[in-house]
Amino acid sequence: MATDSAPLKEPADATPATGTAAVEPLVRFDKVVKRYGDHVVLDELDFTVRRGEHVTLIGPSGSGKTTILRLLMTLEKVSDGVIWVDGSPLSHVRTADGSLKPAGEKQLRESRKKIGMVFQQFNLFPNMKVLQNITEAPVNVLGMAREEAEARAVDLLDLVGLSGKVDAHPSQLSGGQQQRVAIARALAMRPEILLLDEVTSALDPELVAGVLDLLGDIARSTDITMLCVTHEMNFARDVSKKVLMFDAGRVVESGSPEKIFSDPEHERTREFLNAVL
Amino acid sequence: MSDFLSTLVDEFPQVRAGLWVTLQATVLGSLLALLLSFTLGLMAGSKLLLVRGVSRTVVEFFRGTSLYIQLFWLYYAMPQLTGYELTPVVCGVVAFGLNYGAYGSEIVRGAINSVPRAQYEAAVALNMSPFHRMRKVILPQAWVQMIPSFTNLLIQLLKCTPLLWLISAADLMTVVQQIRDRTGETLTAYLTLLAAYFVLAYALTLLMNLLERSAKRRLGLHTGTRSLLRTRSAEAATTAGGAR
Amino acid sequence: MNAFDWDAVGEALPLLLEGFRVTLLATVLGTLVAAVLGLAIAVAGRAPSRLVTVPVKAVMEFIRSTPLLVQLVGAAALFTSVEPLTIGIVVLGVHYATYTSEVYRAGIDGVPKGQWEACRALSLSPRRTWQAVILPQAVRNVLPALGNYAISMFKETPFLAVITVQEMVFEARKYGADHFAYTEAFTLAGLVFLVASYPTSLLMRKLEKRLGH
Repeated sequence: MATDSAPLKEPADATPATGTAAVEPLVRFDKVVKRYGDHVVLDELDFTVRRGEHVTLIGPSGSGKTTILRLLMTLEKVSDGVIWVDGSPLSHVRTADGSLKPAGEKQLRESRKKIGMVFQQFNLFPNMKVLQNITEAPVNVLGMAREEAEARAVDLLDLVGLSGKVDAHPSQLSGGQQQRVAIARALAMRPEILLLDEVTSALDPELVAGVLDLLGDIARSTDITMLCVTHEMNFARDVSKKVLMFDAGRVVESGSPEKIFSDPEHERTREFLNAVL
Repeated sequence: MSDFLSTLVDEFPQVRAGLWVTLQATVLGSLLALLLSFTLGLMAGSKLLLVRGVSRTVVEFFRGTSLYIQLFWLYYAMPQLTGYELTPVVCGVVAFGLNYGAYGSEIVRGAINSVPRAQYEAAVALNMSPFHRMRKVILPQAWVQMIPSFTNLLIQLLKCTPLLWLISAADLMTVVQQIRDRTGETLTAYLTLLAAYFVLAYALTLLMNLLERSAKRRLGLHTGTRSLLRTRSAEAATTAGGAR
Repeated sequence: MNAFDWDAVGEALPLLLEGFRVTLLATVLGTLVAAVLGLAIAVAGRAPSRLVTVPVKAVMEFIRSTPLLVQLVGAAALFTSVEPLTIGIVVLGVHYATYTSEVYRAGIDGVPKGQWEACRALSLSPRRTWQAVILPQAVRNVLPALGNYAISMFKETPFLAVITVQEMVFEARKYGADHFAYTEAFTLAGLVFLVASYPTSLLMRKLEKRLGH
């Protein structure tokens, strides 16, 4: 696999001056509640992610892991509490009296600049060829020159091992190939934070390893902060520096992968790991 | 050759003029309907209650009052009420456009809603603006779904154009009936007229099928040549329950 | 240029409602013809011989793709001795039968193949197969579609005025011409259509939802 990551090396443009990053985590959930009607998915959730950290969220299905990613991508609204990214509220704006109110589309678009997401079902645009899937947003959202965007897209396709598929339609690709394009598409936006939502769950078993290797390469060769929801415990062990164990909308345990996998403290973690490993 | 058919050949320039009026009304009426379909259909998806309400009211109004009455209202009543008179063909174009635009907006609305939500979410994750999302992601995919229903609507509109005869536009029906009156061959005349509309309908269907094929190609889907020759009226009939 | 004359509205309304009775009659009888004939066509379309199915399909396609107005005027010109209302009901019914037959066809196609096979296994006669097994399952879901076609037909009944059936729009035209009051007559006729068809189509939508379309 090509590990030349030239398109990724440039530091993200919003890197704060030295010093501040160490104090304020990049992502901070502050008593975040998410409710659907009477059903509470996230219950006053608190957790933080530091810049450059690779965090894996594990836990039984329905424990709210995917909801966390969807809240961060502003695909859903918080019911209560605040998500802070890089010191600013993600989906709120400050009013004149200092209180917070839900943000409008304009502020949300400002927040989304820092964040990219890869979905379980890839969600490539079927009406665009592979190249345009990757260049569409850089050209029309970031205002990048088309030639530059295309050159970067070709580099990224090279990185994900699909140099030959520039002119293919998404429908002509296998699931694994589509997911690689989706990863390239997300990276093309130079996110500071990359959200990976069960990115291997919809793949045939023989294609999983390749995609996981690719993500491992990206994790090692870039400074992108990654939040990953997965059932692949190998990935959690090999790539992430921190594992958060969720149950019923709360973090029940967190720590290094070594700690969580070899010496879990919490009963629910032990049960869960016994069931999946 | 029968009297009717030889007269038809002799009077070819007149027949051609009638055909031209029919085609004009069909094409211009469809274009107006298309424009209204998208305007009203997109308004129906607005966040603002007022915008949705206006769309809903206009759609229900033009669907609920008969096309026939809309046409007659424009031709007979509007000059009386406003003193402003439209030519018969313009009356036809406006009435067909308004009526079928109302039906077409339901097609647009339905097709937009049928694009998977995941596509919208992927566009949000790439930080596209709402306008950009609609134009580059949602509409191109919805468009493929709309074409078969639009084909059905286009044929329905063509089938309504003989109404022009009633407001003294010299359309195909008017001309053929004049020739029938001169020759007295009723059966031949009306069968010829029906056959002419059938050919027109089939030709329009073929064109729309070509359009659909090229739209599908853009999504990387390929369809066989046979599907080009297929008529749409049968499958439309079963799905038209809601659209009509 | 005239202002809207409310007296004319009061004068025209009874005439229009008189015509409206004919409109309703044509719609109800036309729908009945379409519902029964459509079913017969759908069953004929499943006939074992292509000698039956191909011509049936071709004729259906032809009728469906050609204008109702031409069919009406042509039929009235050919059968001058038949009462216009009868011609109107038959032509409306036949035209719409080409649509309803497709609705039935879809319903019949929706009956699982296993049902046909089970009938053969029980040696049911074709008649019993259709009557007791296939049609009861096929017809259940067609009601909303039939209702929607009835509403469409209702809105096309003004075409009957062209062949001198004295339905509502015929009366509206007559009143408009006699009193030079087209605005009032046609506005009123349009409103009557709206008032009658809108609640009915809401009802159909509800029915569709209940049947889970």
